[in-house]
Amino acid sequence: MSTEKEKIQAELTQYNASAEKAIARFPERPNLPEQRLYTPLDIEKNDYADDIGFPGVYPYTRGVQPTMYRGRFWTMRMYAGFSTAEESNKRYRYLIESGASGLSCAFDLPTQIGYDSDDSISEGEVGKVGVAIDSLADMEILFDKIDLGKVSTSMTINAPASVLLAMYIAVAEKQGVTAEQLKGTIQNDILKEYAARGTYIFPPRPSMRLITNIFEYCSKNVPKWNTISISGYHIREAGSTAAQEIAFTISDGIAYVEAAIKAGLDVDAFAGRLSFFWNAHNNLLEEVAKFRASRRIWAKVMKERFNAKKPKSMMLRFHTQTAGSMLTAQQPNNNIVRVALQTAAAVMGGTQSLHTNSRDEALALPTEQSVMVALRTQQIVAYESGLADVIDPLAGSYYVESMTDKIEAEAWDYIKKIDEIGGAVAAIEKGYIQKEIQDSAYKWQMDVESNAKIIVGVNKFQVKEKPVEGLLRVDSSVGEKQKQKLADMKAKRNNDAVAKALAELETACKDENENLMPYILDAVRTYATLGEICGVMRKVFGEYEAHTNL
Amino acid sequence: MMEKRIRVLVAKPGLDGHDRGAKVVARALRDAGFEVIYTGLRQTPEQIAEAALQEDVNVVAMSILSGAHPHLFPKVVELVHEKGMKDVLIVGGGVIPESDIPALKKAGIAEVFTPGTSTGDIVDFIKAHVK
Repeated sequence: MSTEKEKIQAELTQYNASAEKAIARFPERPNLPEQRLYTPLDIEKNDYADDIGFPGVYPYTRGVQPTMYRGRFWTMRMYAGFSTAEESNKRYRYLIESGASGLSCAFDLPTQIGYDSDDSISEGEVGKVGVAIDSLADMEILFDKIDLGKVSTSMTINAPASVLLAMYIAVAEKQGVTAEQLKGTIQNDILKEYAARGTYIFPPRPSMRLITNIFEYCSKNVPKWNTISISGYHIREAGSTAAQEIAFTISDGIAYVEAAIKAGLDVDAFAGRLSFFWNAHNNLLEEVAKFRASRRIWAKVMKERFNAKKPKSMMLRFHTQTAGSMLTAQQPNNNIVRVALQTAAAVMGGTQSLHTNSRDEALALPTEQSVMVALRTQQIVAYESGLADVIDPLAGSYYVESMTDKIEAEAWDYIKKIDEIGGAVAAIEKGYIQKEIQDSAYKWQMDVESNAKIIVGVNKFQVKEKPVEGLLRVDSSVGEKQKQKLADMKAKRNNDAVAKALAELETACKDENENLMPYILDAVRTYATLGEICGVMRKVFGEYEAHTNL
Repeated sequence: MMEKRIRVLVAKPGLDGHDRGAKVVARALRDAGFEVIYTGLRQTPEQIAEAALQEDVNVVAMSILSGAHPHLFPKVVELVHEKGMKDVLIVGGGVIPESDIPALKKAGIAEVFTPGTSTGDIVDFIKAHVK
């Protein structure tokens, strides 16, 4: 064995000498990673059985299921929603007819921050980045003629996740579908809202209570529901590196697990329903390594730190979205190619579901035609590329294995650092995570501006372009329409029932031992609005105030 | 005597939480020698105009990625002017379709910076147009 190693070492020395000679005549491109070639020596510390192993087996480096895409492909889940519930319902049905296998709801900002469409703070924002939901009445329209017993639905909702989940359960009830049958995910990840995404409402403590209330309620009543999607996506979009993305997110995950255990839950009762959400960025091989490293870290965290016993509790299952921040407004068709490569990374990294961005999203919300190209990109990768035919195809690559180890080590360093600060909540309150992300974002921008990093069409290969035509416009009358609908609904509902449900919710909020989910569900059934319900919680819990340092 | 430093309020109007761009621009402006105040997220047009007055800035630079710019940008201009700050240079940026820009300029936004703009261009524009 050691003679083999010595032989490789000797040949590597020779190779390096010849490479240096070649560089003297043909200098290498600037700004490349230091190491140009990877050999068996780079992964000699790697133990196949312990570190890499088999798919479906701890530490899950090669994937969480034994057969991965040979059984069925990842869920092709296109994030969509805009304007009114009527418009978004049309888009969802169009996506399902086009072969999308799951829904993913985008809500407008007032909905995400717990304000009704008629609130003055909502002006100009209603229906813009997603669909406006004020009450159960909107939710009934949103899922009209969509069988909630069959479809799986992901909802990008965080601070008011409990309310939207309650509305979903209530719509299902009306369709005759029980909560036990429901499949889907709520994002419900408040920590990354403080650190990177910005749609927080309440301070950390009551927010963590709402989250653990949901874990507990779902473990008993909505067993197939993914109760949280612990998200690195937005941390990466805010500018982090690949290692920071998984490190900060896994630290958030640790905080949720700790909170739930502290609330008296058994780790194996809820951990199997935790899911993750990663970014698929431009550097294909680095991304594949990142996905693999994240599975290995989480498995170790759950087994060694939290003594989880069930294999499901140790499996990092994840959704992926291609990187929105890597789309360019310049030469938008180039984005189709970027998204295809990012899709390849997500698939070779073993994602459970995927949203592909559309080429026009650096300019506006996507049109139906560009969404179709994005969905077709996934279908081409699935059916034509061969990438989904074998499991974890890049395993054993000297480079990818070595990169997987490197990202894992870098992430552990951050996780330890955050532990020392006192965990993710403390690290966010101190601004540590935000500062790390900001520094990486600034470095990226400066690298682009100094041409150390090339973005095709932005700082190289630019052309003079005509403005892009045919962008999607959200009808500006949506705000008025939504206000009118809300007024009509309020005139029809039983306001005494609403007041009673809200009063009961308020009392429950004040008692930390109460699980709020049943109270929220009762309020939702009376057609109490999102703003009214969140208003009650704002009154008891207060609001989070961010302190931003540049 | 040293020339008075240009004071810039970097602001995030509306409910949009995407502030990567705003923070990168704020830092680049600071590195270019400006004095920069960042409002943080979720500011109403009234809060931004008030901050501009209190901080006595020369420039208000706003960022919106949510599509609420047609409503919020002009509103800020109106309120800043109402407070008597007619000389303040007001610029904006974000995910803004080309076709929206003429109306924003007509409403008093001096320049609109779209994705891919270098921070150097923003610095140059401010230096050339600040009063």
